[in-house]
Formats: sequence, C-alpha cells, structure tokens
Amino acid sequence: MKIYNGGPIFLGILVFLAIALFPFYNNFGKVNAKPEPKVDTPAIQEYEKANGKKECIESKEWMRGEHMQILNQWRDSVVRDYNRTYKSNSHPNAAPFNMSLQSGCMKCHSNKKKFCDECHNYLSVKPYCWDCHIQPEEKEEVKS
Amino acid sequence: MTAIISFIAVLLLVAIGYVGGSAGPSVRFLFGVVIPYAAFIFFVGGLIARIMKWASSPVPFNIVTTTGQQKTLPWIKHSKIESPYSAFGVVIRMALEILAFRSLFRNLKTQLHEGGRVAYGEAKWLWMAGLAFHYSFAIILFRHLRFFIEKVPVAVQMTDMLDSFLQIGAPLLYATDVVLLGAVTYLFIRRVAIPQVRYISLAADYFPLFLIFGIGATGVLMRYFTKTDIISVKMLAMGLISFKPVVPDTIGAMFFVHLFLLSVLFAYFPLSKLVHMGGVFLSPTRNLPNNSRAVRHVNPWNYPVHVHTYEEYENDFRDKMKEAGLPVEKE
Repeated sequence: MKIYNGGPIFLGILVFLAIALFPFYNNFGKVNAKPEPKVDTPAIQEYEKANGKKECIESKEWMRGEHMQILNQWRDSVVRDYNRTYKSNSHPNAAPFNMSLQSGCMKCHSNKKKFCDECHNYLSVKPYCWDCHIQPEEKEEVKS
Repeated sequence: MTAIISFIAVLLLVAIGYVGGSAGPSVRFLFGVVIPYAAFIFFVGGLIARIMKWASSPVPFNIVTTTGQQKTLPWIKHSKIESPYSAFGVVIRMALEILAFRSLFRNLKTQLHEGGRVAYGEAKWLWMAGLAFHYSFAIILFRHLRFFIEKVPVAVQMTDMLDSFLQIGAPLLYATDVVLLGAVTYLFIRRVAIPQVRYISLAADYFPLFLIFGIGATGVLMRYFTKTDIISVKMLAMGLISFKPVVPDTIGAMFFVHLFLLSVLFAYFPLSKLVHMGGVFLSPTRNLPNNSRAVRHVNPWNYPVHVHTYEEYENDFRDKMKEAGLPVEKE
C-alpha cells in the first residue's frame, strides 16, 4: 500500500492519538484515591449516642443524590416565602426541621472540608453556597 | 420509514443497555468494561484504518474548488484564502473550514418564483445549528474529562463554570446540554420537514442523530432528574483508564444506557459518515493550493509513456519530407 502525502497525515494521526489516549497516559502510574466523606463530627457522635444511629433529615441514599435540590428548594422557600419548616418524608413523625444551611445542615456537618469538599473537589463541583453564606470555621484537626 | 427504523434501532439499544445495566455483576462488567474497551479500540483502530485507506488513494488532478480570484497578474487582486496559492493560505482556509464551517456558511436556498424566475436566498440555519451542535458536543466531551483526571485541571473547571454560568437550578444547568439537544432536534426536524432533504436522507443520516440525542438525553436525565452515584461513576471511569476496572454496585441502570449508547457511537464512528472528523482534513477540494498554473500537478498514476517527439519523427522521415518539399527544422 503506497501512502501519498504521508508526512502531514502521520502527523495528524499522531495528534489524534495524543488527544484520544490523553486520559490513559495522563493517569499512567498514578494511584487513585477515592473520596471518603467523614460523618464523625462531635455533633453527629453525640446524636448517635443519644439515638443509637446516625441519620439525616432523609435517607442517606436519597440525600446523596438530591441534597443539592433540597438546598435549592430550601433557599427559594426561605427567601421567597419566608417558610422555614421542612417536613421530612422519611421521618413523618419527626418534628419539622428548620430550613437552614448554616444553623441546620452545618450544625451537624461542621466539617465542610471533609464532608462537602471531599466529593465536590473529586468531581470538580463548585456550588455557590459560600458566595453568600458564611463558611463554618474549621480548626485544623489535631487529634489522631 | 428510514427514520422510524433508525428510531426503533436506537430504542432497542437503549433497552439492551438498560437490561444489561440491571443484570448481575458479570453482565454489568460486560457492559461497563468489556464493551467500552472494545468500542474504544475499534474507534481508534478503525479511524486510523480509514485514514490510511484515504491516504493510499492518489489525487490525480489538482481539483481544488475555489471561490475567489486566483493568483495571476500583479495588478489583479489575489484572494489569498478563497483561492490559496501558498501552503499558509491553505492552512488558513482549512482552519476556517474546520473551525467555522465556512463552506456551509455559503449554503443557499433555491426558490422558483412566478414566471419561472429562479432566486437564491441565504440559508444560514443549517450552518448555525451545525456549528452549535459540534461546539456543544466538543465542550461536553471536554467537560467529561473531570471523570478521567483525578485532580481536575483548571481548564476543565473553567469550562464547567462558564458552561453553567446561568446558575439555573441545582445541579447547575449546563448551557451546552440545552444547545446540543436543541441543535440535534433542529437537525432532525430539518431532515423531515424539507421535502428535498427528506428525499435524500437515509437511515445512516437519522441513526446518528437519534443515537446522539439518546446519549444527550440519558446524560441530562442522570444529571438533573433520576440521579446516579456520580462518585462511583468516576471510580468506574478511573478504573477503565488505569486498566484496573471496577464496576461499583451503586451505579444505576441509566448510566449503563448512557455508556452503551456511547460505546455504540464509538464503534459506529469509523463505519459511518461520522468519519468526516478525519475526512475533512483529507478533502482534496479544500486542502490543495490553487497553483496549477505555476506548479505542475503530476498524476501519481502516471507511468513512463514512450513519447515519439517531433525531432525523432523528423529524423525518421527527413529525406522523404525533403523530397516532397516539406519544410524541415534541421537540414
């Protein structure tokens, strides 16, 4: 098989290979750590001691997929309707929760770096919560 | 009819992906690891094979098509890009063709007016939708790098941020998601609604449209509606590229539909009109310089032909020519 104008064509194929195989060689020899969000803040441990289990306002699986949507709905509800009471679907008998990021969610999950950022950074998700809200102050962990 | 067949074919693929994703671990391994690997190898190998096939076809004539004044006498203005003379002009022309779809920009619509008068009007919608489609697809592909690099590079983060700058909903709506699905829908409607285009549309034209729509739609469903465990998806992606494949149990069937349709697209790529990705670079009507007056284009097919020149002819017949009183060049 005779190849005409081989020079530019092989150069083009090399460029194509460089782009198509980029993820493979870029990751070559690297060790990939998976994110491990921590739910072991003092507030959560206290709750676990008192109630015998860790639980959020909804089930863990549901929260994993839908937490961003619930935060969005809460914001609209609080800002537009001045409604701060949230009735949980998975805990129908529980008292209504107070819709609040800073004094609700972050009261238990006071470890933003190890809870929020762990997965968000892994997937380059940049929520704009903290453009307006005040981030919880985190001391550098000394223990363990 | 061809459109319906293509639509049913894509629906079948969706069903296969869904069944595969809902099945046991070994079937999920097949759909999550084996098929994507096979499709990727086929994509890369197939595309290179197609390019080599094109590269082995000679270009017998300088068949460049131009839309500007050729380089000629110094007092006639030369159109350097539309009728390129130098390699640099060709590069600029190709870049405009590939990045801005310049020849599609010249698309015209022909209309027959009363009294048989023909009129040509501008038709930019195809160009616009084509450009919107290709660029959103490119951006979406680039954004997906966040699943394939552990420490997501700044360029990908910036793309992500700009793409979601409207800050609609949560997770933030990507503009390219809307543009891609809108453009694909337009390209489909165009094929169906314009009779002349419908007449020349084949199953091979509809199938990629439905397939790409399916990939976009499953992606949109996963991101905004049904949700999937995106951490596990990244673990699957990282496993694939580091050759330590894992298929976490927490990945939903919808993801397998997305991945299976994508695998089909990759495998289908080198076999179909989609290879224009590589082919556009090898279009002789675009990538040749219009210098046929200055540089002789030698047909690579040419084989040495024995030529009987006039000089030789005269040598053979000089005496007879003189006898007959014909003029000769050499006495």
